Amino acid sequence: MSKEKKMIPIYVTGKKYLVPYGLTIMKAMEYAGYRYIRGCGCRGGFCGGCGTVYRFKDDYKLQSGLACQTIAEENMYLVQIPFFPANKAEYDLDELKPAGGTLLKLYPELARCVSCNTCTKVCPQDIEVMDYMQAALKGDITNAADISFDCIMCGLCAARCPAEIVQYNIAILCRRLYGKNIAPKAEHVRTRAAEISDGKFDTELKTLMNADKETLKKMYIERDIEPEENKR
Amino acid sequence: MYEPGMMESIYRLEKTRSMRMKQEISLLSSEEKYDLLHKFHPDYKKGTLRELKVGPNKGEKVIQEIANLFEAHSQIDPNNFDISEIDYDVDVLVIGGGGAGASASLTAKENKTNVLLATKLRLGDSNTMMAQGGIQAADKPNDSPPLHYLDVVGGGGFSNTPELVNALVRDAPEAIIWLEELGVMFDKENDGKMITIHGGGTSRKRMHSARDYTGGEIMKNLRDEVKNRNIEVIEFSPAIELLTDNGKCTGAILYNLETDEYVVVRAKTTILATGGAGRLHVQDFPTSNHYGATADGLVIAYRAGSPVIFMDNIQYHPTGAAYPEQIVGLLVTEKCRGLGAQLVNNDGNRFIYELETRDVESAAIIKECVHRDRGIKTLTGMQGVWLDTPMIDIIHGKDTIQKKLPAMYRQYQRFDIDMSKEPLLVYPTQHFQNGGIVVNEKAETKVINLYGAGEVEGGVHGRNRLMGNSLLECIVFGRRAGKNAALKAKENEHGKLTLNHIVKYHMELKAANIDVDKMSPVLLPDYRRKETIARMIDI
Repeated sequence: MSKEKKMIPIYVTGKKYLVPYGLTIMKAMEYAGYRYIRGCGCRGGFCGGCGTVYRFKDDYKLQSGLACQTIAEENMYLVQIPFFPANKAEYDLDELKPAGGTLLKLYPELARCVSCNTCTKVCPQDIEVMDYMQAALKGDITNAADISFDCIMCGLCAARCPAEIVQYNIAILCRRLYGKNIAPKAEHVRTRAAEISDGKFDTELKTLMNADKETLKKMYIERDIEPEENKR
Repeated sequence: MYEPGMMESIYRLEKTRSMRMKQEISLLSSEEKYDLLHKFHPDYKKGTLRELKVGPNKGEKVIQEIANLFEAHSQIDPNNFDISEIDYDVDVLVIGGGGAGASASLTAKENKTNVLLATKLRLGDSNTMMAQGGIQAADKPNDSPPLHYLDVVGGGGFSNTPELVNALVRDAPEAIIWLEELGVMFDKENDGKMITIHGGGTSRKRMHSARDYTGGEIMKNLRDEVKNRNIEVIEFSPAIELLTDNGKCTGAILYNLETDEYVVVRAKTTILATGGAGRLHVQDFPTSNHYGATADGLVIAYRAGSPVIFMDNIQYHPTGAAYPEQIVGLLVTEKCRGLGAQLVNNDGNRFIYELETRDVESAAIIKECVHRDRGIKTLTGMQGVWLDTPMIDIIHGKDTIQKKLPAMYRQYQRFDIDMSKEPLLVYPTQHFQNGGIVVNEKAETKVINLYGAGEVEGGVHGRNRLMGNSLLECIVFGRRAGKNAALKAKENEHGKLTLNHIVKYHMELKAANIDVDKMSPVLLPDYRRKETIARMIDI
């Protein structure tokens, strides 16, 4: 590879900039001279803050991705979506039943899904968005929660949905209903919390808090370590 | 897709794999650890620290990059600043919209107070959102809060503040229940038992997870709940100074990043939950942190009279991505090592037991690359060692990576690297601010009516945090801060709003002959090229 970086033209909101090949869209925009306020969050593909739509010169196809995870390519015409005005129902989770009726009551537009699959095609996380919407429509909250688990709520699906559904808000509702009501409860955590409030560990903790450094060091070195047992 | 030179190194790694899988490497002794850290950890490098000339910690040494922010002027002129008009009048002001800020505001609201949450970017834009590996809590029968305590202080170099560690481990199971009740989808067995694994420095398997989106899953639940509870949120509005009345905190000045206006908030109590400092790029290290991690809260609290603790060190996460170039610095979760992936040098050899604490692992990798020249170099000049991730599927069965590490798998798949078949190149990355502002077990700072929670506070983790204790700390201390700030707010009357502490701080700077051009907090990093910045004009 030569030391000279290959320069490519990209079009940021229609304006041409030459940037080195190989940068993400986010880094290419910064190279071009932009300093982000909106449209940039974690820079690691977790926060959904940098949804971007783009199209190549002479290509009808509209594409999308996360600016922090997508390489800027030659003749890309791009714009970031700084915010999407999404409908979000307000609810008291304690009062909701984990059933399909709950979803339809809070988000009646769910029934408008025409299974066009645009949401799935646009998802930068490659989630089968339409499948979880169909699961939600059938009241299958467990499946909707499972399929949508990796959703980062970037809003690209909602931006493209012809039925004006906000998929990701329905998805977080499904996951919360599942996590709170359907998933089996971790009883051992409750047992331990009760032991703690009953004072079971008070003496031991107090001793540790008052121990000098040398004593702690000795206890630390001598403590037994639960074996890995995952080595075959 | 790896470069040809790297492929040869991968070939060597594959050849030694079956031998390595049987190889036992023992934990280092205290003396060996001490030696490794002092010779190779960046914290011990000459010139890393500088003595502070002003403020509550005057005369103590802190990281240079932090000293630069402390020894700087306010973004505003306190003598010519109109704060007579109050824009928001609330009981509790929460500054920061990550895990700690959201937990604090929910808890303050629960305690029947009027809460305002102000944050620099969007609600949820934070390091919490990016945390992958897990959250600790000693809730299994073979585990106990005292064992958790011992692990925390052992990892922190026995320097941790005892009251804070006690609070952390004692509240941990309760925090997990709180999250479960919010709807967080923890990884569980069919009977509801939490699936837990080891993290670096744990004596019991107490790492709870939600696949490898643990922090994201927690943050998304918290964010949804903040919205449901009708808590007022102002986004893109960082705090640029606190307001004080005779040393007591009475509110803050926010700055609307989009309109350049300032906003005056009067609050009976204020909670700082502004997170860490990764975007300061200490010693030019890459970082795993989100875009807004610029230590703002630390700076404004310090000016208001809050001392800091353990700001003489930084946590480097041993396994930041070193390749491909586009994702350099991003985290490769410790869960990979928890699941058995080994660290391997250019010769195909291991050089450290993989579940030592993070500081020790980082020092070992730096030693291997910089001092022993056994790293793997990339064409862009980065170097690193291999994390042998294909071992995970070999040990736990096919598709384990895709099921247990979907975020990691996707991250590399985007760059044509299949981590279930190829290893990952890693190098330490600036990850966590171990220290921070001094707080007590009620999350109170030394400034009356000011509270601290999350990465901004220091003491819990000592000089080195263990994996899974930062998410835990956010929830535990977020809730403690929210509750105590709410209770205090109910007793408090509003105070006067003044910037007297800034006037005083500026006088101290002047007395110490500090250049007036430097200002802080910096709010956002600047990644534009210097060529661009040189040609900018202000019209």
